[in-house]
Amino acid sequence: MKYVEEFRDAGLARGVAARIAAEADPGRSYRLMEFCGGHTHAIFRYGVQDLLPDSVRMIHGPGCPVCVLPIGRLEMAIDLARRPEVILCSYGDMLRVPASRKMTLLRARAEGADVRMVGSVDDALRLAQAHPDREVVFFAIGFETTTPPTAVALRRAEALGLANFSVLCNHVLTPAAITNILEAPAIRQMERVEIDGFLGPAHVSVVIGSQPYEFFAEEFGKPVVIAGFEPLDVMQSILMLVRQINEGRAEVENQYTRAVGRHGNAAAKALVAEVFELRRSFEWRGLGTVPYSALRLRARFARFDAEARFGLVQSDPPENRACACPQILRGAARPTDCALFGRQCTPQTPLGSCMVSDEGACAAYYRYGRRARGTEAPA
Amino acid sequence: MCHAVPARVVEVLPDEHAIVEVSGTRKTVSTVLVGAVEPGDFVLVHVGFALGRVDPDEAEATLAALAEIGVVPGQAALP
Repeated sequence: MKYVEEFRDAGLARGVAARIAAEADPGRSYRLMEFCGGHTHAIFRYGVQDLLPDSVRMIHGPGCPVCVLPIGRLEMAIDLARRPEVILCSYGDMLRVPASRKMTLLRARAEGADVRMVGSVDDALRLAQAHPDREVVFFAIGFETTTPPTAVALRRAEALGLANFSVLCNHVLTPAAITNILEAPAIRQMERVEIDGFLGPAHVSVVIGSQPYEFFAEEFGKPVVIAGFEPLDVMQSILMLVRQINEGRAEVENQYTRAVGRHGNAAAKALVAEVFELRRSFEWRGLGTVPYSALRLRARFARFDAEARFGLVQSDPPENRACACPQILRGAARPTDCALFGRQCTPQTPLGSCMVSDEGACAAYYRYGRRARGTEAPA
Repeated sequence: MCHAVPARVVEVLPDEHAIVEVSGTRKTVSTVLVGAVEPGDFVLVHVGFALGRVDPDEAEATLAALAEIGVVPGQAALP
């Protein structure tokens, strides 16, 4: 696959690893957070962690949309799916995430709810056209990568005058989440996560550009390197972060220049701004309530807003207290710290969202064999 | 969820759509977010949409920089 295989070359990786080892100061620590679950998986799938010196430690961030959705939002979707008139559509990962009492959208489907897995929001639009007698609801999740497609669909629904299509919007914003982690609210001071630099998102940045991260570099004095998702991208970005830290710099650098510019995709950003507006606050699993961290439909699109249309109210169901997903999502614990990990909670029987998604840290640890404490990474 | 794949444009379709190829598999995607494309262009595809483009010159430059990193002065490049 072009633009993929070349960036997985083992020989080049050994060269970059040797350079990181040569330049990283063994007398200090480099605590680097990879925001995206896509990076977490690349790190484990390709054994990147094993190529790094002991001084470089990767901390896994909350960049897994399925993982950060609070149970209360998922239960809104499950309740909606149980209405006989509703066809509820969402992306695949979402269907397996457990809510209270291990209920999932898939289980609701087994009990008779009409839940459909879609590969694109276009599929949901087509369902609405094909079933004018049913209410088709798209359970929209994701960071800035899935938001523009949802915006396109809403404009299309408006143009078609579709009366039976709506969106349950859970689109969230990456920069707000990074700010939240860096500000470490007082309640979390006890488990404050020390971070020396960030690997910035790859495909989120294709849309929003590198400019939004300049704030972190300036305000918090933390270096950010926008990194592609292939293993060589990750390693080169780690080297760039090590160099910034060694030189006392805190800048936004872009390793993923083949796809990311400073301003991102202007057309996509304009569409998103036309269709969505900021929510005053939004709850994230693991991070709690984060101000201005999510989007809702603008008034012009109110008739497509499932929350208003069906009078949905977010509940606050209890989390499984044994599940360490909240701490793992903010980088305060590792999957192997969780009592459930690899025992009651596996990819076949996930109890927490981080074990469900391909982007979840628990799924990465389990799949790539880091199943016991001490095997996960050099600390 | 936030992981797009690089795909080669094979055929441009009406209404801002195109057929793209990934690892020998062809599928139809929307190009509304990236504007006009031509056969041979590489785009990043995610949930049925092209989200951005891949710049071949920048990709080459990154690979060249990666190769350079592994070269220690006075030694041959690592295999």
